[in-house]
Amino acid sequence: MTNSIDELENTDCIFVIGSNTTSSHPIIATRIFRAKQKGAKIIVADPRKIQLGMLADVEVQQNLGTDVALLNGIMHVIMDRGWHKQEFIDAHTEGFDAVKEVLKNYPPDKVSEITGVSADDIVKIAEYYATSEASSIVYCMGITQHTTGVDNVKSLANLAMMTGQIGRENTGVNPLRGQNNVQGACDMGGLPGVYTGYQAVTVPEVQKKFEAAWGASLSNKVGLTIPEMMSGVMSGSVKALYILGENPMVSDPDTHHVEKALKAAELVIVQDIFRTPTAELAHVVLPGVSFAEKDGTFSNTERRVLKVRQAVAPMGDARHDWEIIQDISTRFGYAMHYDSPEAIMKEISSVTPSYGGITYARLEGDGLQWPCPNAEHSGTKFLHKGGAFTRGKGMFFPIEYKAPAEVVDEEYPLWLTTGRVFAHYHTGTMTRRAEALNCEIPEAILEVNPADAGKLGIRTGDWVYLTTRRGKIAVKAQLTDWIKESIVFMPFHFVEANANVLTNTALDPICKIPELKVCAVKLEKVQ
Amino acid sequence: MEYKTTLTTCPYCGCGCGFYLESIDGRLVGTIPSKTSPVNKGKLCIKGWNVHEFVQHPNRLTRPLVRKNGELQEVSWDEALDYTADKLRNIKEASGPDSIAFFASAKVSNEENYLLQKFARAGVGTNNIDHCARL
Repeated sequence: MTNSIDELENTDCIFVIGSNTTSSHPIIATRIFRAKQKGAKIIVADPRKIQLGMLADVEVQQNLGTDVALLNGIMHVIMDRGWHKQEFIDAHTEGFDAVKEVLKNYPPDKVSEITGVSADDIVKIAEYYATSEASSIVYCMGITQHTTGVDNVKSLANLAMMTGQIGRENTGVNPLRGQNNVQGACDMGGLPGVYTGYQAVTVPEVQKKFEAAWGASLSNKVGLTIPEMMSGVMSGSVKALYILGENPMVSDPDTHHVEKALKAAELVIVQDIFRTPTAELAHVVLPGVSFAEKDGTFSNTERRVLKVRQAVAPMGDARHDWEIIQDISTRFGYAMHYDSPEAIMKEISSVTPSYGGITYARLEGDGLQWPCPNAEHSGTKFLHKGGAFTRGKGMFFPIEYKAPAEVVDEEYPLWLTTGRVFAHYHTGTMTRRAEALNCEIPEAILEVNPADAGKLGIRTGDWVYLTTRRGKIAVKAQLTDWIKESIVFMPFHFVEANANVLTNTALDPICKIPELKVCAVKLEKVQ
Repeated sequence: MEYKTTLTTCPYCGCGCGFYLESIDGRLVGTIPSKTSPVNKGKLCIKGWNVHEFVQHPNRLTRPLVRKNGELQEVSWDEALDYTADKLRNIKEASGPDSIAFFASAKVSNEENYLLQKFARAGVGTNNIDHCARL
């Protein structure tokens, strides 16, 4: 998030797009309720009808994968009515002229045809967002899990910059992180192109700094992303996978492909707390510990570094994950000698400018939001203050609408989209073992519009087959008009009705995110 | 009997809610939201309220396993760690550092992610490290 969770409460307009906030981030949803109570305008854009829509001032259901067209349409109206902030654009950004040219191709009538959103609603969204004193964008995986994921995010940045709704309190472009420490895993260099704090592996000075700090010679070649690792195994260039706390057999698109890759690898090491479907295919399984059995830190969606404290002893012979990694590294031939997670954090802050002022002692209480460059710095509530962007000037990108990688046809006539439900989390490894949560939602349910169900004689509770070009699963149907005609929805938490057997592996060309939110599917009743 | 509360941070979504884990004699029994957490201010979602339930589940992995004759079998830590380190070293020697790839994790701590990428980059010599940020 460019801004902080608490700021949402005091904004004048919140534009929620591709986030089912009450279900996936309920605590953030409460800030949206409070903002509404204080008089903020709420805009909700989601292909499904969602609970937050009930309190929205404008609620639209755009067609799957048409976010760029919708956002360009909104920006077209803003230009047309003169609601943009020319002063902000002139002083703090570059490249706006090229965007202006592209926007000409997106008048509301045309956008309405592509997105299914009425021209009136497009104008209303443009007015509320652009003319409110402080507007905030909230988005989640509904924006990113597309072959146009990067385009979607850049379009949101265009919208925020052209209206000056960034770099001030209560504004910003605010992705809600889906996992407790996905922010931290990125911050810590768990990415193929960067060391900690987003320092690029390709920059010679950075490489030299880390070579000196770590006493090793380092590679300046950008590494592989997860989908590339999987194809690398299939082509023989990758022989070994070391998988720490992940479950690609349930979380990744096209499960059959993942299974083939894991079976083809010479060595699969899985370090986890449960015997997941991924662990079942491993050569070595190393029992690590859960959050309740360890000390350390997580970094949340608003860049806040928070303490994690050990409450109970590790179960059985399970060991702290940092000790397992340290022991393997030492036995491998690269010795490590840390005596605690705190000692590791000392090293992190010494090599990471944005974590430079972070120490365990300073994290007591509220934690600290990075950037926090030194011991005197009190952390950063919102980024890009006064239009000072990280790269200097904010860069506009002209973006054209592109259709999803797979579209419906005669054989696969319905659209499938996937997501989470309120009682479960990701691959269900933890929540499905919590009795109270499993009682709430014990099994996967496919949401079908009554009109589509009627044509196939499907009623709530009936078993149906879903088939795509990747695979076929059986699941129970539930009729609901919260899903539009010609779309079906199912959660991906349930391995026995694994939605990711069906999903498409087509990737965004830049960030390599798979298009989990859109594919074409055939629906049949189980006879 | 020893009753303890430990202030810590939720392992589910990216909000980072603060709560106290309640334990009696080393056994987790409950979760109480932190009123002073800047994120959740005394609230929790249904997943947070029940977070203590999965931790000490009987199906937890408690012993290292190595595949022998097609089956995963319990072994000592020494054997599991040596097996892992030896295999990785052999693969690096035979096929080069870029033949090894690492999945970091959005579930483990900053410190653990830091160590894994340090091992990948400084120990093995590859930048093949990624995690499920995209999923």
